[in-house]
Amino acid sequence: MTNSIREIPLSAGFLVIGSNTTENHPVMGSMIKNAVINNGKKLIVVDPREIELSRFADYYFQIKPGTNIAILNGFMHVLIKEGLYDKTFVETRTEGFQELAKTLEKYTPEYVAEICGLNNPEDIPKAARFMAELKPMALYYAMGITQFVSGMNGVKSTANLQMLLGNMGVPGGGVNPLRGQNNVQGACDMGALPVSYPAYQPVANEENKAKFEKLWGVSGLSAKPGLTLVEMFNAATGGQLRAVYEMGENPVMSDPNQNHVIEALKSLEFLVVQDIFLTETAQYADVVLPSCTFLEKEGTVTNTERRIQPMHQVLPPRGDARDDWWIITQIANRMGAKWDYKKPQDIFEEIRTATPSYAGITYERIEKELIQWPCPSTDHPGTQYLHKDKFSRGLGLLTAIDYTPPAEGTDTEYPMILTTGRILEHFHTGTMSRNSRILDELVPEGFVQINSNDASNYNITDGEVISVSSRRGSIRIKAQVTDKPKPNVVFMPFHFYEAAANVLTIDALDPACKIPEYKVCACKIEKIAQ
Amino acid sequence: MEEITLLIDGREVKGKQGQTVIEVARENGINIPSLCYHPSVSKTGACRICLVRVNNRMLRPSCVEPAIDGMTVVTEDEDIVSMRKWILELLLSDGDHNCLYCDADGDCELQSLVKRYGVQEPRKEEPKRGRTIDNESSRGIKRNEYRCILCQRCVKACREIQVSNVWGFSERGFETRLIADDDQKIGESNCVMCGQCVQVCPTGALTYQTVLGRGANWELTKESSICIYCGVGCKIDFYKNREGILVKALGNYEGPNNGHLCVKGRFGFDFVQSPKRLSKPLIKRNGTFEEATWDEALDLVAGKFAEIKAKNGPDSIAALSSAKCTNEENYLMQKFMRAVIGTNNVDHCARL
Ligand code: SF4
Ligand code: SF4
Ligand code: SF4
Ligand code: FES
Repeated sequence: MTNSIREIPLSAGFLVIGSNTTENHPVMGSMIKNAVINNGKKLIVVDPREIELSRFADYYFQIKPGTNIAILNGFMHVLIKEGLYDKTFVETRTEGFQELAKTLEKYTPEYVAEICGLNNPEDIPKAARFMAELKPMALYYAMGITQFVSGMNGVKSTANLQMLLGNMGVPGGGVNPLRGQNNVQGACDMGALPVSYPAYQPVANEENKAKFEKLWGVSGLSAKPGLTLVEMFNAATGGQLRAVYEMGENPVMSDPNQNHVIEALKSLEFLVVQDIFLTETAQYADVVLPSCTFLEKEGTVTNTERRIQPMHQVLPPRGDARDDWWIITQIANRMGAKWDYKKPQDIFEEIRTATPSYAGITYERIEKELIQWPCPSTDHPGTQYLHKDKFSRGLGLLTAIDYTPPAEGTDTEYPMILTTGRILEHFHTGTMSRNSRILDELVPEGFVQINSNDASNYNITDGEVISVSSRRGSIRIKAQVTDKPKPNVVFMPFHFYEAAANVLTIDALDPACKIPEYKVCACKIEKIAQ
Repeated sequence: MEEITLLIDGREVKGKQGQTVIEVARENGINIPSLCYHPSVSKTGACRICLVRVNNRMLRPSCVEPAIDGMTVVTEDEDIVSMRKWILELLLSDGDHNCLYCDADGDCELQSLVKRYGVQEPRKEEPKRGRTIDNESSRGIKRNEYRCILCQRCVKACREIQVSNVWGFSERGFETRLIADDDQKIGESNCVMCGQCVQVCPTGALTYQTVLGRGANWELTKESSICIYCGVGCKIDFYKNREGILVKALGNYEGPNNGHLCVKGRFGFDFVQSPKRLSKPLIKRNGTFEEATWDEALDLVAGKFAEIKAKNGPDSIAALSSAKCTNEENYLMQKFMRAVIGTNNVDHCARL
């Protein structure tokens, strides 16, 4: 997030797009509800499914999955055409306006409504005018923006809109991606990415290479960007990748196109899985290493607003389970490294040198202070919101972006759109939540949400077990007949191994950031013959 | 905000314009009792247990009384004590407060006030209210209306913090009752089990399903950590009993969550103590997993990585790091892959 959670009361209104906040980031969802319902703040929601927040929205757009860019362009078209954008901000803080304006010309409300499958084109200009009045408006998004082949462009479009509205670099504004896992932010900051060292310092850069060779006391670090997760599995089936070391990941459940993932794991020469349970993925391992859960460890995590917080050991390790950092160190030292970490804090001290944005953060400080990176020195208070007087690149770049359709369109064989996500009571691959008694009892099995119109066309009743298939596979799953998804769109949570949504999803990737298109693929639903 | 000075119990204390008397007092370590007041929700000013004497004259409820520069406050005198006793006796007689079988025993604001003011017994003449006991309908929450003192904290927590508006009051004749939705059982209402109403309830009227049989409140110890689920990063106080079993999770007020949690943070922690947890390294031999020692497993892993690296080059090895692990662990994983294996093949599920 460019801005902070505690700024929610400072916003005049919110645009929530591609985020079912009250289920996936519930505590923030409640804060937004409190602002809107109890304090008169305004709300615009864009989502293919009716979600809790859309019930309270001043404007709601139920778009077809994969058409975020079109509607964002539609809002911007109106802002420019009617001269409602923040001219001072655009002139002094950004570049690229002319090209953007040119691209936006064709995104008239009618054109956008056509792409997005909306029957309320007249609401697009109304909502755009409404947004222009909200000073400031905060934009929140989640995987409903990013999990598309056009995900990267979707992200850039949200930034375009907020720059045009002058909502960047002010408290209560900003572009705020909601991170789905407790330390995704930190894992990215720490360089658990194939293209960058800690703090997003590119690996394909001689200076960075030299810097890390010196810091780590090694030579010959590779300057060749590595493989992303989905690419790893392609390289495994292709034979280039021979061994995989997995720590706390469950790709059999979480990655698109499950059958392909399993094939890839089987073709490896050596698979190590380090986890807390014998997960669906661990079944394919050659070695399984038992690790500690979050309550058994110490260390730091970084939340969605860049805030670094301490984890404390609540329980002793279970059985012979060990800390992940200990296990990695043991393997490294057996391979010739001479690492001498005695506790997480020793590692954190090294992180401070490797990661300029964390340099001023210490274990002592985060026990008492609320610190958000960047925090370059120990006397720096941290950064509540980014881009205050200038963007990291200087001027903010407005990028002209055209709508592009999802990788897989519907056709007569697969006439419906499948979109996937999470539900309130469960989490990701279910490894944790489905092993928590109360959560598992609350929602013990998977389901597919089908619009009641579609259900009656197919003669499907609520609770009936049906078959859902895509070009990649087929599963049996209970139908939940509701009016939440848009007609012709079905929704399925991916937490349930018995009816794994990722048997169906497509492994098409965004060419730039390699995110898979979980949010849209073509599917068909069928009644199962009795 | 402008600083103000008050004289509370003869002590000069500082506060800020806009605070109430109870807020200034508590910030200065002076403990005025309260029941309906809770710092996380809006003020009700109904129970009157917080009465104090202002400027040597009137008795005022300190939770709603604005603190004014130069104000003199007495938090306890003979009149106040007898008022408080009277209120407590009424509250006791109005319900059924048998602490012996109450989950809140030892962690109840009513109980501690009864002890603090030496209340011996309830007023006998008051009629007992007929109330609901519902220990079954919700997976997470129990309610015993005999212990409800109608303080409204739960109503406000659900309205202002969770914003699901489940709790409300119904008036039937002379009886005011706390009801969920249109008088539904809590498990059948629109409750999303965030558990916030339980966290703020001062008595045992609302309690967690997870606590029964897991030790008395005074045997529990707590430690804070950060929720393992989503990226909000809620700070949680975890309570465990003498046997080390987790009992409950309360939202910490210093985290980004301001004390609030969702159903996952509140009730999703027992996987940690599941019997299905892995507790020994496993090595697959002839298709089945066999338990191994750490030395065996680690030697095998390091040996295999070295062998594959020598044979196929460093880029033939890849690692998946984890968004559920700490910064320190993620840092080490990428360092291991880059500095020891010699490849940039390291990623995690940021995109999933
Ligand atoms: S648990 Fe949460 S949602 Fe349910 S009644 Fe209590 S405050 Fe409301
Ligand atoms: S249930 Fe608890 S919080 Fe709610 S009114 Fe009764 S005593 Fe107060
Ligand atoms: S308690 Fe809920 S909202 Fe808070 S971090 Fe955990 S999952 Fe997210
Ligand atoms: S605590 Fe002040 S009136 Fe209840």
